[in-house]
Amino acid sequence: MSSKDLVIIGGGPAGLAAAIEAHRCGIRDILIVERDGELGGILQQCIHNGFGLHIFGEELTGPEYAWRFIQQVHEKGIEFKLNTTVLHISKNKVVTTVSSDAGLLRYSAKAVVLAMGCRERTRGALIIPGRRPSGILTAGTAQRFVNMEGYLPGKQVVILGSGDIGLIMARRLTWEGAEVKMVCELLPYSSGLTRNIVQCLDDYGIPLKLRHTVIDIHGRERLEGVTIAEVDQNGKPLGHTEQYVACDTLLLSVGLIPENELSIDLGVLMDPVTSGPVVNESMETSIEGVFACGNVAHVHDLVDYVTQESRLAGRCASAYILGNIRGNDDKAQAIRTKAGVGVRYVVPQIIRKSNISEESKLFFRAGGVYRNAKIILRSGENIVYSKNALRVVPAEMESITLKKEMLEQIGKTDDLTLSIEKQQEAPRG
Amino acid sequence: MITRKLTCIVCPLGCHMEAVLQNDEVTAIHGNGCKRGIDYAKAECTHPTRVLTTTMKVSGGEYPLVSVKSEQPLPKGLLMQCIKAVNNVCVRAPIQIGDVLVENILNTGVSIVSTKNISVCKDIGIAVRSEAGTTRKS
Repeated sequence: MSSKDLVIIGGGPAGLAAAIEAHRCGIRDILIVERDGELGGILQQCIHNGFGLHIFGEELTGPEYAWRFIQQVHEKGIEFKLNTTVLHISKNKVVTTVSSDAGLLRYSAKAVVLAMGCRERTRGALIIPGRRPSGILTAGTAQRFVNMEGYLPGKQVVILGSGDIGLIMARRLTWEGAEVKMVCELLPYSSGLTRNIVQCLDDYGIPLKLRHTVIDIHGRERLEGVTIAEVDQNGKPLGHTEQYVACDTLLLSVGLIPENELSIDLGVLMDPVTSGPVVNESMETSIEGVFACGNVAHVHDLVDYVTQESRLAGRCASAYILGNIRGNDDKAQAIRTKAGVGVRYVVPQIIRKSNISEESKLFFRAGGVYRNAKIILRSGENIVYSKNALRVVPAEMESITLKKEMLEQIGKTDDLTLSIEKQQEAPRG
Repeated sequence: MITRKLTCIVCPLGCHMEAVLQNDEVTAIHGNGCKRGIDYAKAECTHPTRVLTTTMKVSGGEYPLVSVKSEQPLPKGLLMQCIKAVNNVCVRAPIQIGDVLVENILNTGVSIVSTKNISVCKDIGIAVRSEAGTTRKS
């Protein structure tokens, strides 16, 4: 077993940013452990543009954004292992890894950063009836096949879910010669960016069927078609609207789930709404010296925010290693953040006033579509902060900046509640 | 006189606009939330463009494909033909980010560049098989 100052689980945008920031803070004994054959994570298959508008002021493709960080890892000589999977993290921060090259290796770390990202929700989780013919895959898997391996998964495609991955793949498959017949979306609104609706669906005349879902699958060896139906406001299919659609491929773009098996195994406190670890203002979990950032903590829409959040985790992990901040045992000044009316979740879930040395950010998601709304932060009855928002939707994560002066206003109550009030357009089902 | 409905994509607000066209010229725009929407509507109605992001075949590389993009937006109407042209090219590894793989595609003045580094494949078997598919080096 060897020892490391900092072990980072995952070499995608979160892990890379945390590693580079830790290096910038003076930590040199760093190891990034990545299970894939290259660094960059999911960015390597996201060959479309739109990344980096905030961080670099440029519109980059996924691989280009990843390279900006991978390049720094090479230049700074930060150690990384590829094709290596982490099997277990113990409470005293021993990380067990396995690879076909090196076999089983253990590292004793002073600090650990969890940056495992997320996986896609699958058909099994959706309980769509029918046999199990080939031709049914998640949109991200199809993206990998098309963009990295060079395979076209099928010729006649139906996509379930109008999140950005589904929309991007609608266009990608059309470009590669497939016929994308429709995109079905359970909710009455799409969770994708407007620019994607325009450039991926409208541009190619691909219909977006809102309040629709797939209720049956047909085909023995290979998918032959699906039955779709409209749903009521509770998501229940309306029988008279059933329609058969012939297709050989069904792509599922129905949600991302943070990949926290290691975290749960380790025993960190989890947030059931984010499906990620409960973290404090330093992105530290309930276990001292274990930090979490990026999609593993909560699913992000913009990689720019992943980078910002992961830099924070890297910075705080460094301070922890150097002994510059106190560990998690000091609960004296901990404030819980809470999701109030109209808010689905808030990250970080805990704020320790004494550990805020610069402006801290609260990230949150709305529970429905709001226009001309007010975002209000309360401590008990007192309004600590409020701002107007022209448009807040579940699909776009928002943030408010917490200034230290604001925190001084917080009374004896140890809760900070964030809510969204005013005109609501379409409540989430 | 034609009225065209469009959704602005310049910022996340996504204003629903209506553009009035006369003799292929935009004479009026309604529904825009700001000035940028006017420019977008004008361009979108008269000469819409899109950035192309796709993949190109690679020979002798560690991966069979390289992700590419058009350096500038291309005329929307030419997009499918540009994709066909890109699909007819096979480029030999090694490739650096930013390498021009197709210059002046379909006479648009726009180049197709690599967005990824691809090193030479160390597995000779794969390198030989992919060489067989090479049509021309760019």
